[in-house]
Amino acid sequence: MIIRQLSVFLENRAGRLTELTGILADNDINISAFSIADTTDFGILRVITGKPELAEKVLKERGFAVKITEVIGIVMRNKPGALHHALQILTDNGISIEYMYAFASGDDRATAVIRTDTPQKAIEVLQLHEMELLQAGDVYQI
Amino acid sequence: MIWNEYHECMDRQRLTELQGERLRDMVERIYFNVPFYRNKLQEMGIEPGDIRSIEDLKKLPFTTKQDLRDNYPFGLFAVPQHDVVRLHASSGTTGKSTVVGYTHNDILMWSEVVARSLTMAGVTRDDIIQVAYGYGLFTGGLGLHYGAEKVGASVIPISGGNTKKQLQLLEDFGSTAIACTPSYAAYLGEAIAEEKLDRSKIKLKAGIFGAEPWTEEMRTQIEQLLGLKAFDIYGLSEVIGPGVSMECGFQHGMHVFEDHFIPEIIDPETCEVLPYGTLGELVFTTVTKEAMPLLRYRTRDLTRLHVETCDCGRTLVRMEKCVGRSDDMLIIRGVNVFPSQVESVLLEMSETKPHYLLVVDRENNLDTLEIQVEVEEQFFSDEVKELEGLRKRISGNLTSLLGLHASVRLVEPGTIERSQGKAQRVVDKRKLK
Repeated sequence: MIIRQLSVFLENRAGRLTELTGILADNDINISAFSIADTTDFGILRVITGKPELAEKVLKERGFAVKITEVIGIVMRNKPGALHHALQILTDNGISIEYMYAFASGDDRATAVIRTDTPQKAIEVLQLHEMELLQAGDVYQI
Repeated sequence: MIWNEYHECMDRQRLTELQGERLRDMVERIYFNVPFYRNKLQEMGIEPGDIRSIEDLKKLPFTTKQDLRDNYPFGLFAVPQHDVVRLHASSGTTGKSTVVGYTHNDILMWSEVVARSLTMAGVTRDDIIQVAYGYGLFTGGLGLHYGAEKVGASVIPISGGNTKKQLQLLEDFGSTAIACTPSYAAYLGEAIAEEKLDRSKIKLKAGIFGAEPWTEEMRTQIEQLLGLKAFDIYGLSEVIGPGVSMECGFQHGMHVFEDHFIPEIIDPETCEVLPYGTLGELVFTTVTKEAMPLLRYRTRDLTRLHVETCDCGRTLVRMEKCVGRSDDMLIIRGVNVFPSQVESVLLEMSETKPHYLLVVDRENNLDTLEIQVEVEEQFFSDEVKELEGLRKRISGNLTSLLGLHASVRLVEPGTIERSQGKAQRVVDKRKLK
């Protein structure tokens, strides 16, 4: 249920992101989802890829500051109110979200990637409410 | 105008005799009152009686900033604490300040040399002087203040910063002289232009600028912006503060007040004394100071001395503007900064490694300091608030140690150049040379 996400520190420097995507492409690593948090000086790339360990290794070799972060993915119907329903469950159980991003796959399904301090508790309460969670095997080969 | 014609225009033969007498007296005082110097002199087999004239100065040991640090805070004082009436301090290289003390007589002597300096800039009792150097542990504000009062000028102790108030008082009080760092003077000048102040209300005629390096181009710029004549003043707290040397109206270098501070130029490598006119490291012996007399203090400033009598009639040697340092000290907005201070802050913080780069620049005539620090894997967080928090913590620690705002920029690991041997820690983009 826990998804291993790569977090990469990026200076705001022209071409730096392109360099990173090039390294992933050269190593045949697919990107399933990503988001970038940016400030004036730097950005943090959060990316879910196939082969996270390989991705971590090749990026570190090329001098990137990389960290594996555990996140969860909630799979929802792609319709109004679905995200609200999922978040309401987390809020009702006192689980706060550090950050999140979402992607839609196909016409009727969407996935919200959520980073929280208490991922196990989040998984439990979401399962209790019969929410579908993204499986590690869905995004990368273990 | 010459404040103290007797000492400033003294026959050089008579001056060296006076220096010799004062040096003899000083060596005796430190031998009997400062264990640090007594030990040093005994190790070298020197007794007070061996020092008879200024010729013997070269036999005496040097004093370095490290010696001041090793004897922090009062170890080099030559008088009991009850005779010390003032303490000043500048930021040290590794967290501890460099402390200097003054007796009542030292304050009188300091006021005297600053009065001589202000007189060189044409300041008299008829002037209103705005002292815009910082007041506090820094010697700039209070040093100029006491000297200006001695001259009899009306002193406005406004201290540094607060530009709007500075401009208002320039207009309302009709200040005729101002003392501050040259970069702040240029900044004030631009503020006058921006605020479209009525130039006819600005009565400034003289500016006394120092505490940081500046160029002839800056002088021209400041003179145009503020409509005054700009004078260069030199000093360092270890010797006394501002007023160690000062430019006269002919501006052929800064006259060193040699009856109090004996200058030498040495080769920073071999410590050999160099002749007049040769570039080397400036060294001072403070022959009259009571609280903390220093023997051959190495300033690390590189300059030349000229002994020919000046057109103004003063016989005191003139020192050129300093052309650099024989160590890695930077002067940023008048504050002394050593790269090692930054390193000590980073080493104290468990989250950082001491890979850093200081980038000094000058924007709108004000020096800026940016410190680039590498983000190391072990403290890299993927949450913006954590990294921002870390950045602010580093910046806060640096600002409080340096006494100067330092902005911090986090950079990727391995991007700061590692070099064999002495690392390149500083990029100074200010064009001062």
